[in-house]
Amino acid sequence: MSEIQTSLSFRSNAAKAVDDQVLRAAMRHAADTFGTKRSDAFAPVADAEALRDRASAIRDEVLDNLPTYVDRFAANAAKAGATVHRAPDAASAREIIAGILSGRGAKRIVKGKSMVSEEIHLNAYLERAGMEVVETDLGEFIIQLVGETPSHIIVPAIHKNRRQVGKLFSEKLGVPYTDDPQVLTKIARKAMREKFLSADAGISGANFAAADTGSLVLFTNEGNGRMVTTVPPLHIAILSIEKVIPTLSDLTAFIRLLPRSATGQTITSYVSVITGPRKPGDATGAQELHIVLLDNGRSQIRAGESREILKCIRCGACMNVCPVYRTVGGHAYGWIYPGPMGLILTNLLTGMAKSHPLVDASTLCGACVEVCPVRIPLVPIILQLRRRRVREGFSDPREIRGMALFGKAAASPGLFGLGQRLARLFWPFVRSVGGRDVVGRLPEPSRVPYRRRTT
Amino acid sequence: MKVMLFGTCIVDTFFPEVGEATVRLLRRFGATVAFPKAQTCCGQPAYNAGYEDVTRAAAAHFLSVFAGDDPIVTPSGSCAAMVKHHYPELFRDHPAMLRKAEQVGSRVYELSQFLVNVLKSHEAGLSGKGTVTYHASCHLTRSLGVREEPLILLQSMKGVRFVPMADAVRCCGFGGTFMAKLPEISCALADEKAESILATGADTVTGADCGCLMNIADAMRKRRAPVAVKHLVQLLAEGL
Repeated sequence: MSEIQTSLSFRSNAAKAVDDQVLRAAMRHAADTFGTKRSDAFAPVADAEALRDRASAIRDEVLDNLPTYVDRFAANAAKAGATVHRAPDAASAREIIAGILSGRGAKRIVKGKSMVSEEIHLNAYLERAGMEVVETDLGEFIIQLVGETPSHIIVPAIHKNRRQVGKLFSEKLGVPYTDDPQVLTKIARKAMREKFLSADAGISGANFAAADTGSLVLFTNEGNGRMVTTVPPLHIAILSIEKVIPTLSDLTAFIRLLPRSATGQTITSYVSVITGPRKPGDATGAQELHIVLLDNGRSQIRAGESREILKCIRCGACMNVCPVYRTVGGHAYGWIYPGPMGLILTNLLTGMAKSHPLVDASTLCGACVEVCPVRIPLVPIILQLRRRRVREGFSDPREIRGMALFGKAAASPGLFGLGQRLARLFWPFVRSVGGRDVVGRLPEPSRVPYRRRTT
Repeated sequence: MKVMLFGTCIVDTFFPEVGEATVRLLRRFGATVAFPKAQTCCGQPAYNAGYEDVTRAAAAHFLSVFAGDDPIVTPSGSCAAMVKHHYPELFRDHPAMLRKAEQVGSRVYELSQFLVNVLKSHEAGLSGKGTVTYHASCHLTRSLGVREEPLILLQSMKGVRFVPMADAVRCCGFGGTFMAKLPEISCALADEKAESILATGADTVTGADCGCLMNIADAMRKRRAPVAVKHLVQLLAEGL
């Protein structure tokens, strides 16, 4: 991309996105498809609401006792033969992973899809250390070729249509142009196969980590996740601490909820449970398994009022139904995570100073709350963040003055009536000051407001 | 039955005809309507922007103006939700005010709710004309849970053909202060809503929140679409 988008420039990022008709069409199509698939997938689930209650209760339990479950997971994963590392922040996670790789002379790395690895900018770091990192999820593979970041947490190339991908493949991979998705997938598969077979290490994320067994759980569709975690001799899994669940049997709720909420599937093509490295007699598995548990601000979020965002299981349902997301796509949010869950997480993880305009990126319509499988109060949290912005002094000074005046008028009928008269009297002036974008969209105030029509 | 009319600042300032239609309709179905003249704004703009102290000032004023026992009726789902759901939250640490907020909140009805569930207006079979589509406002449907009542009223009207629009529950992009802070997105969403409305072929689009209707009307005006934008209560009152 020619210029770096940050959360601070959300409005101009968004304005650019609104004018990009190709992006808009791709986003509308994708959001509508996923939205419909989701509701179709839940339609036959008679106990859907009870299921959401149960999943929400499990995630609440984890949140209430996070350190206990993380310790339990770490102990049981170690017992199963994995080496567990704790990374308090992004820098330490990068160093730990680079250290494991360079200690074994690993140069060629294949990667499964992992938002946490995006969060810590792992690829760039490893590439600077002289390693080759290949993304093997098809969407990630596409955006890695372009040099972009994901625009959706589970469908990273959601903003691209097949013609753009065809053009990209013919330019970067030297293949004849085609926009047939099946042919394009075959081309990508062929390119990846060679990488899998020659890789020194595989890096993956994880959807869940079961504390009672020390198992990693991955929900995948393309088969690349299994290749990454079992073909190379070394497997490194990176996950944030809140991915832990108390027991492997808690998974039953999430197996039913996550694929339905995410892609509208009744189940993903693969659900992998990895407990320790390959043992004698095992047919597959990496010989060595390292698990990196990343905090990177989670413990601090957990201590604050917006802690419930840590219940998130990364299904993306909130962004698929979000009117703002469907209009601007993921890149406008300026960091890693987009949509309702993303603006909240971005704000909490990067800080108010770097992201305060994002807290406006919601119409408060509540569509996200309606679909969240673990019942995160997304809109109330967005309102919390707006209040925090005011408290921490990141509001526009004109807004602060305006709100103070509004407060006085709202508490005084005389002042309120005067305001109405003045607005009507000086409407052309108000319109010119307020601008076409805002006041220009309001009708002229009525000559006689209702309060003066009634007796 | 006596009711207090909570007109809302948008109706009061921009759409007094909606206030008048509300009163005519309530009276036709036997209610005696009082409009407390000291009312101003429920404070939602400040609440949504994160200004709690300012909102509390507006809310305290509202609670004193609407003290009493009669039902409070308002032609806005969003403003009704503000009073019912957010006032108690604003005064969570002020026991005396919290009691008032809960008492007042329990008396608040969104207009279509009151017309159908209390006054049974839909049984009267008011007459109307034309092809009408309906936008389901976000706070009305998702915060207040009022999904059926506006449709019951519309479908009870003789001579009106109701045609649903695609994604009627998708946000129109108004969002209160959202329209001012992110106008590009707001307009894009209003345009999308306008497309859905035009695709129905309806000659009138209706809804139960003037904020949304104002935003939709702007998008319709820009494309010079021959579609009237009216609050549900205006349609109903035309049939009296």
